[in-house]
Amino acid sequence: MINYASREITCKVVYYGPGLGGKTTNLEFIHSKVKPETRGKLISLATENERTLFFDFFPVDLGTIRGFKTRFHLYTVPGQVYYNAARKLILKNLDGVVFVGDSQLDRMEANLESMQNLYDNMAEYGYDLTKIPFVIQYNKRDLPNAAPLQQLQEALNPGWEVDDPAKQRVMPNPYHADENLVEQLSTGEWVERAPYFESVAIQGDGVFDTLKAVSTLILKSLT
Amino acid sequence: MPAGAGTWSFTEDDFAAITQSLQRFLADTNSRSALLVDRAGQLVATVGEQPQFDPTTFATLTAADFSANDQLAKLVGESDFSTLFHQGEKESIYLADVARRVILVVLFDNRTTLGLVRLRMKQAVQELTSVFDTIFSRGRDGGPAQPNVLHGADAEIDELFNW
Repeated sequence: MINYASREITCKVVYYGPGLGGKTTNLEFIHSKVKPETRGKLISLATENERTLFFDFFPVDLGTIRGFKTRFHLYTVPGQVYYNAARKLILKNLDGVVFVGDSQLDRMEANLESMQNLYDNMAEYGYDLTKIPFVIQYNKRDLPNAAPLQQLQEALNPGWEVDDPAKQRVMPNPYHADENLVEQLSTGEWVERAPYFESVAIQGDGVFDTLKAVSTLILKSLT
Repeated sequence: MPAGAGTWSFTEDDFAAITQSLQRFLADTNSRSALLVDRAGQLVATVGEQPQFDPTTFATLTAADFSANDQLAKLVGESDFSTLFHQGEKESIYLADVARRVILVVLFDNRTTLGLVRLRMKQAVQELTSVFDTIFSRGRDGGPAQPNVLHGADAEIDELFNW
């Protein structure tokens, strides 16, 4: 939302992913590290044992552009499968999505189920995940049973086909040298992948890189 | 890349029209304050007494409250619940949908009555619906779009996140 009266740009970012994957941990780390004067209260609609029931939320100011204060509203969704009604509500009117995947091998199925659920819920609102600012974070990279990055990429970020000839040109991945976000496969097909980051959210590794990437994509989508 | 799913903007003139309508409503009903919140939970305007609580948190919970009730409505076979009422011992909250995109929230106490608030709310919602229809149709129907404040600001955006 761009408010020309108060000169503020407000954007909604949703952290999505399987239960216990680290979505709330991402928000808690950001909240603990940004200056108190730039952030609002962290509210958590959670069960007694701290599982997110509806959402966690806090607003953060990320700076001023052209005299407009940029304010981001960060939300998590409940990850557990049976909270889908609440999860879908949070997606409404979003500006960008972060998918927080759990790197552990035994969570691969939960990751895939959650990613499919994200596509389905977005589609129900008529949103196209391939056209909305979207970043993937592979969390818990420090754990011994973490899947290799390539396996996670193949499963969760295989890329979507680029049909528009104007967009069929190699776009380097600004976050990983020697990789491309848009490229032509050996089969001749052009694909685009979402930017991705590795993280250990509990220590904060990769948390701000992810936020920065999604925020940049959102603001650039407004230019 | 197209703008995000929830992107919309409003001008100072829109803001003036919204504020005028809300001020008239507050005066007519003797309510304490009125807030406008968009469905994404972002605060659009506050008129009347400045609330003592954190308005951002309040706006977020309002939108969530309304969204949850929308789903409850569907479960019982209604398309939506266009208004909600939360009654407290001293303070009460009345919420109404405006143009399916914004929520009007009225805070009132025992200096007025629910009946009066509800009666005047209808007119206020009509006025606001007309303002927001104009806002949301702008640019979309070939009308004059708001000049894009971020046009060409890519370098500044990169700099902003240069933490």
